[in-house]
Amino acid sequence: MKLNPPPPRGHHFVGMTKIHIPSPLRQYAGQQADVAVQGTTVGDVLSDLVARHPDLRRHLYTEEGKLRAFVNIYVNDEDIRYLKREATAVTDSDTISIVPSVAGGALR
Amino acid sequence: MLKIGQSQYDALRRHGEETYPYECCGVLLGRFEDGGRVVTSTARCGNTRDDSPQNRYHIDPQEVIRIQREGRERQEDIIGFYHSHPDHPARWSPTDLAEAHWFGCSYVITSVEKGKAADTNSFELTGSDEQDKQLVGEKVEVG
Repeated sequence: MKLNPPPPRGHHFVGMTKIHIPSPLRQYAGQQADVAVQGTTVGDVLSDLVARHPDLRRHLYTEEGKLRAFVNIYVNDEDIRYLKREATAVTDSDTISIVPSVAGGALR
Repeated sequence: MLKIGQSQYDALRRHGEETYPYECCGVLLGRFEDGGRVVTSTARCGNTRDDSPQNRYHIDPQEVIRIQREGRERQEDIIGFYHSHPDHPARWSPTDLAEAHWFGCSYVITSVEKGKAADTNSFELTGSDEQDKQLVGEKVEVG
């Protein structure tokens, strides 16, 4: 499948969905905070993302191809785990956010 | 190195005192600079670990997204997080390391002893992936 190049910086992502890249992963996405991707589902747009930026793959997915448990994916303000996971539909007016978990604590 | 203003430093320590004997948590916003981080604001968060708040914390990703969005409007980035250790050293635990995934960001920990903030230390999450990650102590420059 031939992929279109991303639009110029500042251009409205016509026909493409925006994925917000968290700071720890930007070094694997050409230092971009937002990447325009193609696809009609979360699974499609994430596939397009790692196709454009292959170094992201191991940080998002296990060797078995599953999203890592600490990688939270949101469509706008909704966790895909409570939608249709990677089958969740997306449009070019949606924003996908990749949010690594934030947790810890003193207990061993 | 982590650079932080006195008011933000005091605020995150005070947060730990207010939530004692439970762990507080929050986000550090600012910019990456010269291999370190500069804090320009902090954002308090809720601790969703109401099953074990005295020694565990978790920030709802939805809250992180909101804070991130609001920060971007001010040209601020998420550069780290803070939490407290009630009656426990300001040192990362194995759980802190296992649950840390924001590489290149600072994790600030304050020990709160009998309700009073004591030591505050900061650790940068270094490494390239889950196998080689480390929390490395860094200097905190306040002022």
